[in-house]
Amino acid sequence: MELQHINVKLYLERPEAVKLEAVVPVFHEWIQQQVCEELLIDVADYRHLHGGPGVVLVGHQADYSIDNTDNRLGVRYNRKADYGESNRDRFSQALHAALRACQRLESEAQLGGMIRFNRRDLRLFVNDRMLASIGSSRNGEVQRELGGFFASVLGGEANFEMRVESDPRRLFGVEVRALAPIDVNGLISTLA
Amino acid sequence: MKTSNTLWKERLSGKLPSDLGREVDIFETQIALRKQGRVEERLFAEARLRRGVYGQRYDNGQRHDGVKVQQLSYPGQGPTKGPHTLWDAPGMQRIKIPFGGLNASQLEVLAELAEEYSDGVAHITTRQDVQLHFVHVEDTPTVMRRLAAVGITTREACGNTVRNVTACPYAGVCPDEAFDVTPYARALSRFLLGHPDCQDFGRKFKPAFSGCRQHACGLVSMHDLGVVAETRVVDGAEKRGLRLLVGGGLGSVPYQAKLFDEFLAPEELLPIAQAIARVFARLGEKKNRNRARLKFLVHDLGIEKFRELVLEERSILPHDSRWADYLAEAMRETELPLAAPDAMPEVDSEPFRRWLGTNTRGQKQAGYVVATVTLPLGDVTPTQLRALADVARRLTRETIRTTVEQNFVIRWVSKRDLPALFEVLDSVGLGQPGAGNIVDVVACPGTDTCKLGISSSRGLAAELRTRLAVTSLQLDGAIQNLHIKISGCFNSCGQHHVADLGFYGVSRKVSGYAVPHFQVVLGGEWTNNGGSYGLPMIAVPSRNIPELVQRVCEHYVTTRMSGESFKQFIKRIGKAAVRELVDDLARVPTGQENRFYFSDWGDPREYSIDDIGVGECAGEVISSFEFDLAAAEREVFEAQLLLERGEVKPAGETAYASMLHAAKALVKTEHWDIRDHADDIVSEFRKRFFDTERFFDPFAGGKFAQYLFGAHAKAGLPYSAETAHHLVEEAQLFIEASHTCYNRMGPQVRPVVNVQPA
Repeated sequence: MELQHINVKLYLERPEAVKLEAVVPVFHEWIQQQVCEELLIDVADYRHLHGGPGVVLVGHQADYSIDNTDNRLGVRYNRKADYGESNRDRFSQALHAALRACQRLESEAQLGGMIRFNRRDLRLFVNDRMLASIGSSRNGEVQRELGGFFASVLGGEANFEMRVESDPRRLFGVEVRALAPIDVNGLISTLA
Repeated sequence: MKTSNTLWKERLSGKLPSDLGREVDIFETQIALRKQGRVEERLFAEARLRRGVYGQRYDNGQRHDGVKVQQLSYPGQGPTKGPHTLWDAPGMQRIKIPFGGLNASQLEVLAELAEEYSDGVAHITTRQDVQLHFVHVEDTPTVMRRLAAVGITTREACGNTVRNVTACPYAGVCPDEAFDVTPYARALSRFLLGHPDCQDFGRKFKPAFSGCRQHACGLVSMHDLGVVAETRVVDGAEKRGLRLLVGGGLGSVPYQAKLFDEFLAPEELLPIAQAIARVFARLGEKKNRNRARLKFLVHDLGIEKFRELVLEERSILPHDSRWADYLAEAMRETELPLAAPDAMPEVDSEPFRRWLGTNTRGQKQAGYVVATVTLPLGDVTPTQLRALADVARRLTRETIRTTVEQNFVIRWVSKRDLPALFEVLDSVGLGQPGAGNIVDVVACPGTDTCKLGISSSRGLAAELRTRLAVTSLQLDGAIQNLHIKISGCFNSCGQHHVADLGFYGVSRKVSGYAVPHFQVVLGGEWTNNGGSYGLPMIAVPSRNIPELVQRVCEHYVTTRMSGESFKQFIKRIGKAAVRELVDDLARVPTGQENRFYFSDWGDPREYSIDDIGVGECAGEVISSFEFDLAAAEREVFEAQLLLERGEVKPAGETAYASMLHAAKALVKTEHWDIRDHADDIVSEFRKRFFDTERFFDPFAGGKFAQYLFGAHAKAGLPYSAETAHHLVEEAQLFIEASHTCYNRMGPQVRPVVNVQPA
């Protein structure tokens, strides 16, 4: 089954310390300098929403955000345009883009280190209910594919736990918890 | 753009209401034709606007990044979506919600669409619509199909059409109403949707309903067509009637609606609305967009003359059974509760008590209340929408409506269930108190997404909300119930004219720099259906508006007379006193601190209006003929596709239909009321265009007209692959000849239609 529109969300360490208003000018600068591979268009500020999208850097091929869905703050990459030849390509690309964005935010002087991936928890999901939905008979195959992917990039099956989303109304995806801190630079190199 | 669009089309094939499904198919074909360059951009723009597919800021590929105007290099270098509107630039999808009525399944689909096609938020507008932003045009047919599957259409959500029919969200449950206007609003919405008499307006046309005169909820006084429920006792029996108002509107020049009829018989509502539409289409301004709303026509003619013309038109309307078909239903109660009425249990919770005090109101049905769900800036997340759907199913018969204050109301909540409802709402961040009071600030999208926005209405609204929420418990009662409404520009989408404290975005130059400002409009009347409009006072830099709000409110509290409303207070003290009070706030400080003033709320970029778009509000004037011909061309294209698939019979029928469509378009330029009947169309075409030789080609004579006559004579007979193929070719030629004929006719005969405001 071909999956597209892969999303990756990297959960943050000390989310209570994050001041989302500080992210707004950073994202505006990213547009000014077009720092990502995707065309960056605008910033949508949803700080006023409880458990919402947070601050979104809207792009053409993808959006980046500091997302607060489920009241869990994370750096999210939302791939909107088609990508790649295989699902593995797409998982890799989305995870790589999310990690790169996170790395960039972690090193932004303006943010003073307030944004930091916790190195353990992430969510990968498919933002398209037609291509992947919870309860579909094809999910077993996708889960195996995702399990294989994370095993290969996190150094083996023993290094992480994976939980499959079960609420049928939510987007299909998995929560992954690394059992040891992820080496972000190393993982970015692996995925590149 | 989603890869799953084709799959959605397959999955929903045959499962949509046929009329809604057909509309989406047509729009999808129009997209295909535009991509092939077979529809010109102005026509395509009009076509998509009529499906609610609207432009968005920066869709011309230019964005001021705080230093310079940056070119946004969208990958698609192909067609445009309209003048100055790039194909790949994201846009807004407006979704019509007649009278704001939604059920749980619809909320769930809106949640899915916001998640999958937008930026994860659905936005409730000041006219009870829902908007999704940052949507790709090629995804919109799928969005429409998924909406159609739950009974929602986006048709005529934008463009010069009859817009969403709004109504008081308490209709049917309000203790003060004369009767429930919901069935009348629904009937008018259905009747006017796609109605031929409503396709030829120079501007949009907005209807609204209210169950009473005195409350604000319907805002009928500021609508093109306002309808208020009234009753009278006649011969000892209570009789229903409708107080009809026309020609109201906000915009840059607000007009109060004029009384058309004090007590219109309900069975006359639809025909009178139809007659009004016809008069508006015929006599309304088409060239000067700034004077094309109905309010100007009513003003220029005078209400007496306008009424006379409408009644004259009414007298010649051919009878339509739909005028009265719905009336029996209207007399019956349309909504029922799920739970039995019961007393509210004791709850020891301060947040609950505060919410209860501001966000609930009793229904006329004992034991039930309407609960208001306050949405900050009108925004709601998919998680929240699903929670609302759940609770609406669990506690009510899914009786939810949107409001013009950008909130939801849940109707028919048994008092017993209020603590449970609050618990659910609070768990998803929707348990905020302050519905309809000073904290519940209303704002249009402004510079966030609107091509015409001048100042950041949402940024200011968020700032005011934050500040007022902190102090709301300490605010004097007289202030608590004031209304703040903000528009990003003078077009009034934030309805600032009817607020106690209204603001609209303007720009000023200070020391050579543009500085975002808001014009302050004070003393508008929210009650009495938006009974009177506020007075513009002074333009103040955006950054000083919060201070202005505080200062004006404090002055009101300390100097008002006993029982004096804010509106009365402003009128009494006068503009000069207000200016004196806030004059210092109008100035931008000099020196280093003034950098703060050169950006807007919520936006750190140095302020600029250099990237304001042309705006589809300033859109296109397209003749009805052009629009009809585009439809004929789409049909002949569809006929070609059918032929390619070997579907001979439908190919022949569609080609024939396209010729009739083109012929009718020509006939309509002289005889607007031509029936949609093949014999009539062909006969009138023959009489007006063939017998007079006006359709004749200088070289081919009447040859192309003969194609139509031949097809008409053989209609109903079987087609072979060859005859169908010939017919498709002939249809194409006939349409080309129609274009040529029209061009020869000159501009004086052309009824023009369809301009674009938001």
